[in-house]
Order: sequence, then C-alpha cells, then structure tokens
Amino acid sequence: MLHDAWIMARKDLRIEWVTRVATGQVLPFGALVLILFGLALNPDLVIVGEQRRSILAQVAPGLFWITVLLASLLALGRSFALEANDGNVDALKMAGLDPAGVFLGKAMAVAAQLLAIEVVLGFGAFVLYGTPLANFVMLVCAVILATVGVAAAGTLYAGIASGLRARDTLVPLLVLPILSPVLLAATLSTEAAVFGGSGGWSWVMLLGVFAVIYLGVGMLAFGLVMEET
Amino acid sequence: MYWGFVAAGYLAVIGVLSGYAWWLVNRGRALSRDVPEEKRRFLD
Amino acid sequence: MIESPNLTPSSPTPPNLSTASKATRIIGWAALAVTGLALLFGLVISGPEVNMRDSVRLLYVHVPSILTAYTCFGITLVGSVMYLRTQSQFWDLAAASAAEVGVVFLGLGLVTGALWGKPTWGTYWEWDPRLTSTAVMFIMYIGYLAIRRMEFSPEVRSRRAAVVGIISILNVIIVHYSVQWWRGLHQGQTFGLDPQIRDMQYFSWFLGTVAMALVASWLLIHRFRVSWLERQVEESQLVRALAERRREAGE
Repeated sequence: MLHDAWIMARKDLRIEWVTRVATGQVLPFGALVLILFGLALNPDLVIVGEQRRSILAQVAPGLFWITVLLASLLALGRSFALEANDGNVDALKMAGLDPAGVFLGKAMAVAAQLLAIEVVLGFGAFVLYGTPLANFVMLVCAVILATVGVAAAGTLYAGIASGLRARDTLVPLLVLPILSPVLLAATLSTEAAVFGGSGGWSWVMLLGVFAVIYLGVGMLAFGLVMEET
Repeated sequence: MYWGFVAAGYLAVIGVLSGYAWWLVNRGRALSRDVPEEKRRFLD
Repeated sequence: MIESPNLTPSSPTPPNLSTASKATRIIGWAALAVTGLALLFGLVISGPEVNMRDSVRLLYVHVPSILTAYTCFGITLVGSVMYLRTQSQFWDLAAASAAEVGVVFLGLGLVTGALWGKPTWGTYWEWDPRLTSTAVMFIMYIGYLAIRRMEFSPEVRSRRAAVVGIISILNVIIVHYSVQWWRGLHQGQTFGLDPQIRDMQYFSWFLGTVAMALVASWLLIHRFRVSWLERQVEESQLVRALAERRREAGE
C-alpha cells in the first residue's frame, strides 16, 4: 500500500514538475487573494488594545488560512483533472493499485504542493500584513498538520465528486464544511504562534487528530468511492 | 414586539411546510404519468 | 421525465396518479388535527413565560423542528450504513428522502431560532457551538442533496452518497466539539429549554413536537414514494437510451 502511495505521489508530482500548474497558477492566485484582502479590509484601521496593531495584522492568521483553503480547492481540482483524461481511472484499476494507496499518494502529492505554496504565501502574509512571529516551531507544526488534514479530507471529497461535469462547483460545497473545524484549529494555533499566547499547542494537537481521522476515513472509504458500476 | 417575531416564525413554518407538501404531491402526480400503474405498488 | 410519452394507456376513467395511500391519508388528517390543536394551545391557550414573554411561543415550533431534523439525519445515517451493507434500493431512497426532509426542517429550525434569539438575546445569531455546528450541518446536507442530483450511474451515486451520509454525521460531531472548545475558552454558555417552564407551556411544546412528527412522517413517506418514482423514470429512460443506441449500432 505504501509502495502504491509512493508511486501515485511521485507520478502526480512529476506531472506538476513538468506542467507547473501549482506554482504557475495556484500560487499566484493565492498571492492575489492576499492582496485583495488588503484592499477589502482597511489596512490603516488600528485596534487599540494591549498592543496597537492594524486590523489586517490582527486577522492575518484567519486570512492566511482562508487563502490556503481557496488555493487547496484549485489544487484538488487539478489533482483529479489529471485522472479524468483518457480513462486514467480504469488504467489505475488495471494496474492493480490499492485504493487506499492511491488515496494516500494523491493526498500526499496535494499536501506537498500546498506546503510549497504555503511557504511563499506565509512569507507574503508576514510582509504584506506586518504580522509578528512569536513561536516558529509551533507555526511549522500547525502548518504541516493542518495541510495534511486539508489534503486528506479534500482528496476524499474531490474523489467523490470526480467524473462529474459539475465537479468544479460541487467540490467546494462538499469540502469547505468538512474543513471548517480545520480552519478553526489552524487559525487559532497560528494566532497563538504569531502573537504568542497560551493554548496554542492544544490546537496543534487537535489538528493532528483531524489529520489522523481524515487520513483513516479516506483510506477506508476511497475504495468504495472509486468503484465504478 | 414579541408577537411580530412569533407571527413571522409561525408563518414561515406553515408556509414552507405546506409549500413543500404541495410541491411533493404535484411532483408525484407528474411522475406517476410516466410510470405504469402496476409498478406503483404503494397504492393500496 | 420532462415531455416523455405517456406510458399509461388512455382509459375512460382517469388513472389514479396520487402518491397517497390509506396510511398516509390517516397520518395526514391526524397531522392537520394535531397541528390545529398545537396552534390553539401554542398561540391562544398557553400564556407568556416570565422571562421570555411571548417569544416562548417560538420554542414550540423551533425545538420540534430541530428534533425532527436530527431524527431525519439519523435516518439518513442508518439508511447509508444499511445501503452499503445490503445494496438495497429501499435504504438508499430512505436515506435520500430523509436528508431532504431534514434539510427543510433544519432550515425552519434555524429561521425560527433566529427569530426567537432577536427578542430574547438581542441578536439573531450567536456564535455558540450548537448554532455554529447546526449551520455547518445545514450546508453539509445541502451538499449531500447536491450529490444526489448528479449525473452518475445510479449505483455509483448511491454508493458515494452513502459515504457522504456517514462522514457528514462524523463531521457534525467534530464541528460541535471543536467550536465548543473554542468558545469554552471565552464563555461558558449553554442554552436550553427552561426546566421551570410551566405545565401549559410544556404541554404546548409537547403538542408541537407531536404535530411536527406527524407532518414529518407524512412528508417522509411521500418523499420516499416520489424518490421511488424518480428512480423508475430514470431507469426507464436509461433502458430507452440503451435501446436507441443499440438500434443505431445495428443499422
């Protein structure tokens, strides 16, 4: 199974390396969303509390994760558009790949692409929004675990909507409610990581629990979902 | 002031439920035209 | 199903096109009668509550709507599990029908809840765990219904919908507890029916629940039959399309 996952992940990432869809289209899209948030929320507005901070800096963790979720929708669409062509699904079945392995591989490929995008977007958010950084280790843990959760839940639901003409509109409707607890935990742990504060690690742990749950459910259910007839 | 909210709530519930029931009955009738009677076994 | 030729032979007596049966007629009349009683008790006979005043009357429809919706989603869960185990069309259609009826009741529950919240809490919406998870649940089951309308082959659609039907419940639980944990850091708030609610008010609430349960059963049975008819029409269209393709290939 792990071997099959490795084959799938390598295949998807190799296609990405050649076509550059994630870096050439999804990443600029994410950067654009970050800029649009800056336009939508007045950057001069300041919250006067314990520290003077612009509204944009204050809500930066939430904006960052909303941006990642939107970008993940595009990455997921791309991941399954790869399989939609020329009877690829049949070919995968003929090759005798374990469905759990296929799921794991596709999820890992999506996670790897998202992580690459997040590094750039995160850097952009720090520069554009002027956010501080209190705990780098916590930030890295939160980002990695949240990304695995997003990729796992997203891959399962993108699989459920695959093979449909209405796929592009159905996937967001299905995936975003499922990811709402991930958004919550990711935002709160990121807030704790950048501003400093207590309780951050428990949210990171919750992100880990989500990642494990979604990976487990996906591996169990993906075979059922991909069966045709 | 309370009665305005109460009226709105009750009217919403009654309106939506009766509208949904009406839609169901008519959809059933429309579909029944295309399905032969012997296959509609719920007719008792 | 639109503009397809009439399959029933034309007969002098008009064919019976109704999806009703003796059982649903009895349920239907009982539902109307109890609803009338519930309205009488809820709006006229029972009095205002001490704190909530007359807005307490909204609870007689709000709480039953939510309970009915939860029951429907429970049926969807059971139907989904049973469909994956038995591949039986009955469970598949039961899951689908219950989800749609559930969405209708949950929508009403959210609306009546907001209308109750405005005069009682002063806001239409409160970011409390129950409200937030209910809103997410509402969208999630709309998504479930969206899958059911997609152009899959019937078996693929039923199987994928069943998987979604099961995961949705799991997610409702996750959302509820994560929001509770989040809000729990700031405020410990729980809202429920006042246990000191007076007898007449309690009875009105009980009548509302019975009325909703009867209305929901009527809707559920009819929705199930309509779903079944939809499936029949879909299958006959499939057969016709296949026959046509075969004829074209034969020429």
